[in-house]
Amino acid sequence: MKLLLSLKKIWMFYYEGFAGQKSWSRQVWLIIILKLFIMFFVLKLFFFPNFLKTKYTNDKDRGDYVIEQLTNPKK
Amino acid sequence: MIENFDMSLVDWSRAQFALTAMYHWIFVPLTLGLAFIIAIMETIYVKTGNPEWKKITKFWMTLFGINFAIGVATGIILEFEFGTNWSNYSWFVGDIFGAPLAVEGIMAFFMESTFIAVMFFGWNKVSKKFHLISTWLVAVGSNLSALWILVANGWMQNPVGMKFNPDTARNEMVNFWDVLFSPTAINKFLHTISSAYTLAAVFVIGVSAWYLLKKLNVTVAKKSIVVAAVFGLITSLFTVMTGDNSAREIVRDQPMKFAAMEGLYDGSKGAGLVAIGVMSSSSESGNDNMMDFHFKLEIPNLLSYMAYMDGDAFVAGVNDVINGYTDNDGVIHPPVATKIEMGRKAIHALKNYKQAQKDKNDALAQSSLNELNENFKYFGYGYFDDPYNIVPPISITFYSFHIMVGLGMWFLLLFTLALLFVYKESIVSKKWFLRSAIWNIPLAYVASQSGWIVAEMGRQPWVIQDLMPTLTAVSNIDTTSVQITFFLFLIVFTGLLIAEIKIMLKQIKLGPNHGGH
Ligand code: HEM
Repeated sequence: MKLLLSLKKIWMFYYEGFAGQKSWSRQVWLIIILKLFIMFFVLKLFFFPNFLKTKYTNDKDRGDYVIEQLTNPKK
Repeated sequence: MIENFDMSLVDWSRAQFALTAMYHWIFVPLTLGLAFIIAIMETIYVKTGNPEWKKITKFWMTLFGINFAIGVATGIILEFEFGTNWSNYSWFVGDIFGAPLAVEGIMAFFMESTFIAVMFFGWNKVSKKFHLISTWLVAVGSNLSALWILVANGWMQNPVGMKFNPDTARNEMVNFWDVLFSPTAINKFLHTISSAYTLAAVFVIGVSAWYLLKKLNVTVAKKSIVVAAVFGLITSLFTVMTGDNSAREIVRDQPMKFAAMEGLYDGSKGAGLVAIGVMSSSSESGNDNMMDFHFKLEIPNLLSYMAYMDGDAFVAGVNDVINGYTDNDGVIHPPVATKIEMGRKAIHALKNYKQAQKDKNDALAQSSLNELNENFKYFGYGYFDDPYNIVPPISITFYSFHIMVGLGMWFLLLFTLALLFVYKESIVSKKWFLRSAIWNIPLAYVASQSGWIVAEMGRQPWVIQDLMPTLTAVSNIDTTSVQITFFLFLIVFTGLLIAEIKIMLKQIKLGPNHGGH
C-alpha cells in the first residue's frame, strides 16, 4: 500500500511537471524527440552499422581481420 | 607502406569526426559550467531566503535547460562513428571504451531523469534543501559523466596501464588505477572542466551585460555578474594552472606536439616562449609544414621554465625529436628513423606470429612474440617512410594554442574588471566594457574549441600515441558513404545550433520576470 502511494506520488510529480511546462520546454522536448528519432531510426539504422559486428559473427574472426588490416594494409 | 592507404577515406573520416566532435563540444561546456553557477545561486537563495535569488536561479536554469536539452545525446553520434568508421581503432583499444563508459552512461541517465526533473519540476513541491541538493547533484553528476571519456582520451595521448594481446589484437587493462590516475588523464579532465566553468562564467557576464546595456533587469544582471565574475576568476586561474600542468606533461610524453604548439623547429637551452607570432609563407627548410616566422615576440627562458620549471633547461624542437635527443630529465629519445625501423619489426613480428600459430610452429611463434614485445613501443612508426611524416600540422597547432592561452589571459582581466566595476558601482556606465563582454561569449567558445584543436591536431599523426596512426584506425569502407553522412551531420547539427540560439535568444529577451520555467 505504502509502495503504491509512493509510486502514485512520483507519477503525479512527473505528470504535473510535464503538464505545467512553459512553451520553451515543450519546444525542446520536440527537438529531443526529433533528434533521437533521426539518430536511432535513421542514422544508426541506415548509415551506422557496426562494421566488425556486421562483417563477422565471432570475436576471433574480428580479431584476425583487424590483425590482417594492421599487418597487411590494402586500399 | 603509407601508399597502401586510401587517404581520401582517412581525410573524410577525420573531417566527419572533427565536425561531430566540435559541434558536440559547443553544447557540453556550457552545461558543465552553468550547472555549478546555478547551484551557487540557489545556495545563496536558500541561505538568504531572498526571493530575488530564486528568480535569478530560475532564469539561468531555463537557459541551462535549453542548452542541456539540445546538446543531450549528441555525443552518442561519436560512438556510432567509432563502430562504423573507426572499427580498427575501436577493436584495438579494447577495454578502455567498454564497461566504464557504459556504467557512466547508465548513471548519467538515472541522474538526469531523477535530479534534473527535481530541479525543473520540484520548485514548491520538494523541500528547499532537497531541491538544492538535487541541483548540486546535477552539477557534480554532469561533470563526472565527462570523466571517463576524458580518461580514454588521455590514454590515447599517453597509453599507460594496458597491454596489447596479439591473440585478440586488443589492448587489455592491466592496471585500472594507472589508466585513471595517469597525469595526462587527470590534467585533461581538470583542464577541460575548469575551462568549461570559465566559458559559462563568460556567458553569464555577457548576457547580463546585454541587460545592463538595455537597462533591463538591472539588479538580476548585477547580482549575476558578481557570482559569475568571482566564479570565473577562480576557475580561470585554475584553467591556467591545469593548462600549464598539461603542457609540462606534453613536453615529456608528446614532445612533437609541444614543439608544434610553440613552432619550435630547433630546440635550445633557455628557450623563449613565443608570446605573439605570425608565420610567413616561406620556409627556409623547404618543408611546407615548417614555415618561418614573419614576426615573433619572445619572452626569454620562459618556455624552458614552463616545460621543466628551470629557465635554462633544454627544450626539444621538431628537428631534435626527428633526430633524437636526451631530454632534461635524462631520458633518451631515439631518432625517428630508429623508431620506424623498430615499428616495422613489430608489424612484421605480429604478422609472423599469426602465421606461425596457423602453421602450429611454436618456436617461430615464440620468437616472433619476443620480437613484437621488444619493439611494440614504436609499433605505429612502422607505417611511415619519412621521419617528417610524424610532424603534426604546425601552424594550426601553433595558432590554436596561442589563441587559447591569449584568451585565457584576457578572461582573467575580464573577470577582474567586472568585479572592480561592480564594486565601484560604475559598471552600468561602462558601455565599452558591457559591449565587449557580449563579444566575449563567442570568444570563449573559440578558446574552448581551440583547446581541442591543440590536443587533437597537435597529436597527429596518432590516434594512439606511437602505437596507432590515424591512417590505420579507419574502417575499410566506401568513402562516398562517409561523405554522405558528413553532410547529413552538417545539416542536423546546424539545425540544432540554430534552434538553440533562437530559443535561447527568445528566453533572454523575455528575461527573468517571465517566471523561469
Ligand atoms: C591560459 C592558459 C592556458 C593554458 C596554458 C592551456 C594549455 C592547454 C594545453 C597544453 C592543452 C593541450 C592538452 C593536451 O593536448 O592534452 C589544452 C587543451 C585544452 N584547453 Fe587550454 N590552456 C589555457 C587556457 C584555456 C582556456 C581559457 C580554455 C577555454 C575557455 C581552454 C580550453 C581547453 C580545452 C577545451 C582543451 C582540450 C582538452 C584538453 O586536452 O585538456 N584552455 N590547453
